[in-house]
Amino acid sequence: MSSTTIAPARQTVRAAERVAAARRHVSMGETLAQTMTMAWRAVKKMRRNPEQFFDVVLQPILFTAMFAYVFGGAIAGDVESYLPLMIPGILAQTVLTTCMVTGTQLREDMEKGVFDRFKSLPIARIAPLAGPMVADLLRYATAATLTFSMGLLMGYRPGGGVTGVLAAILLAILTGWSLAWIFTWVGTIAKSAQAVQGISMMILFPLTFLSNAFVPVGTLPGWLAAFVRVNPVSHLVTAARDLANGALVSTEVAWTLLACLVVVAVFAPLSVRSYKRHI
Amino acid sequence: MNITEPGTEPAVRAEGLVKAFGEHRAVDGIDLDVRAGEIFGVLGPNGAGKTTTLRMLATLLPIDAGRAEIFGVDVAADPHVIRQLVGVTGQYASVDENLTARENLWLFSRLQGIPSARAKRIADRLLGQFGLEEAADKTLAHFSGGMRRRLDLAASLITRPPLIFLDEPTTGLDPRTRGQMWDTIRGLVADGCTVLLTTQYLDEADQLADRIAVIDRGRKVAEGTPDELKTAVGDSTLQLLLAEPGEVPAAVEVVRRVLGSDPVLSPEQGRLNVALDQADRAADVLIALRTAGVSISSVSVAKPSLDEVFLALTGHETDDRTDVEENR
Ligand SMILES: Nc1ncnc2c1ncn2[C@@H]1O[C@H](COP(=O)(O)OP(=O)(O)OP(=O)(O)O)[C@@H](O)[C@H]1O
Ligand SMILES: [Mg+2]
Repeated sequence: MSSTTIAPARQTVRAAERVAAARRHVSMGETLAQTMTMAWRAVKKMRRNPEQFFDVVLQPILFTAMFAYVFGGAIAGDVESYLPLMIPGILAQTVLTTCMVTGTQLREDMEKGVFDRFKSLPIARIAPLAGPMVADLLRYATAATLTFSMGLLMGYRPGGGVTGVLAAILLAILTGWSLAWIFTWVGTIAKSAQAVQGISMMILFPLTFLSNAFVPVGTLPGWLAAFVRVNPVSHLVTAARDLANGALVSTEVAWTLLACLVVVAVFAPLSVRSYKRHI
Repeated sequence: MNITEPGTEPAVRAEGLVKAFGEHRAVDGIDLDVRAGEIFGVLGPNGAGKTTTLRMLATLLPIDAGRAEIFGVDVAADPHVIRQLVGVTGQYASVDENLTARENLWLFSRLQGIPSARAKRIADRLLGQFGLEEAADKTLAHFSGGMRRRLDLAASLITRPPLIFLDEPTTGLDPRTRGQMWDTIRGLVADGCTVLLTTQYLDEADQLADRIAVIDRGRKVAEGTPDELKTAVGDSTLQLLLAEPGEVPAAVEVVRRVLGSDPVLSPEQGRLNVALDQADRAADVLIALRTAGVSISSVSVAKPSLDEVFLALTGHETDDRTDVEENR
């Protein structure tokens, strides 16, 4: 630190000019740019901590194999005929588990000093929350692609062809991103990262297991079937099945998109509000 | 927003600031007036409310009562404008551990709307200014505390804000790095910035600040130039340890007779601190004590410490509340 003093020949700072030039609000364009910068930060972080990718890589592989051989015989008679039913289910499940991590990671991140600086900068309050979620699209894409690849390896031949499968993957990514706002909100309200984890689990389990992801609804008792039918994850699973297995864009796609929209509209503002309050 | 001639608007004007955490009023009605272009020091012991005050002014904490303006802009009403005017260097480094020094500076520049190429140049310039070129591409895990502190300050200067908050900028730095930090801070003011800093060290406030506010338990107990404050406690302190604690009243009597003022009794048995306006009055006191037959087991003359400023101003010791360490 030999030449710490600020070089002299620079323009002096004039407060009055700065006050006059200051803007009172962040524009949409700025918000977007700031979110992308935050996403850049999150991607850097992922690359420096590759263990963050373990879950999105291992889970689709393990779960596909496990579920196919454990439940395949019991539910569909044989593994091959269970795959078209199961792969879209695993798709929904891995994407959901992936977005659950969003809340925990946000919480851990928020405890770090750098969030103090984010708060003291003239940036949109939503950018530090939305940035990591944009970066998480990479994780959803990895999880979704691996799930289908695993299925293909095990003998799954999706009737919807490449287009159908890609559409199913896209829908799953979009749903994951939307549902992640719920976990982001949990991340901003809970007291600690551990608490976030606990609460998120409690949200995640009914969402994935009380859906038609692995079990045909017909086999369930009435009251359970009722919940399974309104669960947005069921809509995603059915929509993804129709897309992947028949390239069929059913009304289930519309229901899924609507559910996503509602979730984002409710939980994004809630998250920003509680982030602002967070000391 | 009112636009006035430069120099006429105070940099900070706060009236009756209050922040309560539950029942505890961490800041309990503080007024501050920081003039544009000065270094203003907020001096206080652990838990006095320095950080809380700065955080309220920096829009990081809501203000419970009272009001604050920065360059005439209301802090509570226009937080987004305030954030464009103030560069904040907190007590704990607020830089990203996962990024390198260069990436940190680039990130904060981009977030403030600076185009990528210019952000790179700014990062280079700041890394040079703060002697961080060699470590520029290492992640912060490899950084020493002093390097982090410098990077943190550099990150606050990206947009060259007119007002800079420094929360204990030199706590934990070695003497050399501390001297360099002081030079940097003086350089900022030479550039036209205003600096509001907090410190626990009287000598730091003395060296740097044009004016000082002393706060204690959330209240301001004194304000003035370093010279004014020091006259309140004397220029230096004669520290006496009596051989016989029982002779304290006699010693107090002698000091009162020689200097016309009372010494400060330390909680330690038989120890007295005598404020001196000139160091050579020490001899007068010592001779008078000898004549009066009060025997002394140790003597030293020192600069008054924050503790003594406190004793003189508040009549109580600075109580170390170590529980504040975790707070941000
Ligand atoms: N988030 C918080 N919740 C509860 N109490 C708090 C919080 N932040 C600070 N306090 C309390 O407010 C008081 C003032 O704290 P503050 O951090 O402002 O002191 P400080 O002067 O900066 O001290 P230090 O020199 O240790 O940094 C302390 O008693 C502290 O325990
Ligand atoms: Mg503090």
